[in-house]
Amino acid sequence: MARPRPEPVQVVKQRRDAALKALVDGVPYIRFLGVQFDRRGDELTAIMPFQDKLIGNPLLPALHGGATAAFLEITAIIGLSWGTLWEEIERGAFDAETLVGGDLPRLPKTIDFTVDYLRSGLPRDAYARAQINRSGRRYASVHVEAWQDNRGRPFAQATGHFLMPRRDG
Amino acid sequence: MSVDINKIAKQFMEALPHARALGMRLRHMGEGMAEIEMDYDERFVGDPETGVIHGGAVSALMDTCCGAAAMSHPSSPGGTATIDLRIDYMRPATPGQKIRAHAECYHITRSVAFVRARAMDDDDARPVATATGTFTVEGK
Repeated sequence: MARPRPEPVQVVKQRRDAALKALVDGVPYIRFLGVQFDRRGDELTAIMPFQDKLIGNPLLPALHGGATAAFLEITAIIGLSWGTLWEEIERGAFDAETLVGGDLPRLPKTIDFTVDYLRSGLPRDAYARAQINRSGRRYASVHVEAWQDNRGRPFAQATGHFLMPRRDG
Repeated sequence: MSVDINKIAKQFMEALPHARALGMRLRHMGEGMAEIEMDYDERFVGDPETGVIHGGAVSALMDTCCGAAAMSHPSSPGGTATIDLRIDYMRPATPGQKIRAHAECYHITRSVAFVRARAMDDDDARPVATATGTFTVEGK
């Protein structure tokens, strides 16, 4: 049986990156904080480049707890959306073109979010990854870890519960 | 105590670049209580479809307000940092309306301040979110 020829790598990459970019760029607050996403296959790493406006304690100086919390929550929401979107794109159920055209999927809604501040956030770039521990039809549970210079020394972690968007049809 | 609240409020907010970037205004701070408000701003939107403010902006407001409440407690020497903060989002904030957070430091030890907070939009009766957190107690 002849397998269909795999698509050229550039085409696949371009489609996935365009879908991710559309998802991220659609959210004003992500742009406000300057958060970006780096994609390797289906794995995402969120990056929050340092800016003065993210500072909470100018004496140390340290990142504001609110900026850290927002960064973690953004990582969780995009991670969750990307998980569902990825499957749909790969199945051919979701057209990346529609997404780029501004027809974005509905985002999960935060039910609760708990942040542990492990050490103060330094005035440097921060990184975060989300781990989806449960993703059901209605509810999802996500854990996020954020670090700066050293992956083994996270400066904050969070757990949140989310209400998944209804997917009718 | 006749300290000018406006002066303190202004100094407190100006010392926090992130709070200033979000346009937060301190309405009250003292005796372990704080009230801070934040205007609706399209740059803070989290859901482009509905125009609802991102949870992260509400978190920043809650964190700032809880920290202010902890610092203003009579037993606090002045400085603080968040240990942990949990936020429950009860309903989406109505787009276009400002959000007001009210925090209360209800217990404090030599090392830890326990704080709870509520966030409201124009509808006072139904909070948008509630928060509970613990904060460090530090010298200035």
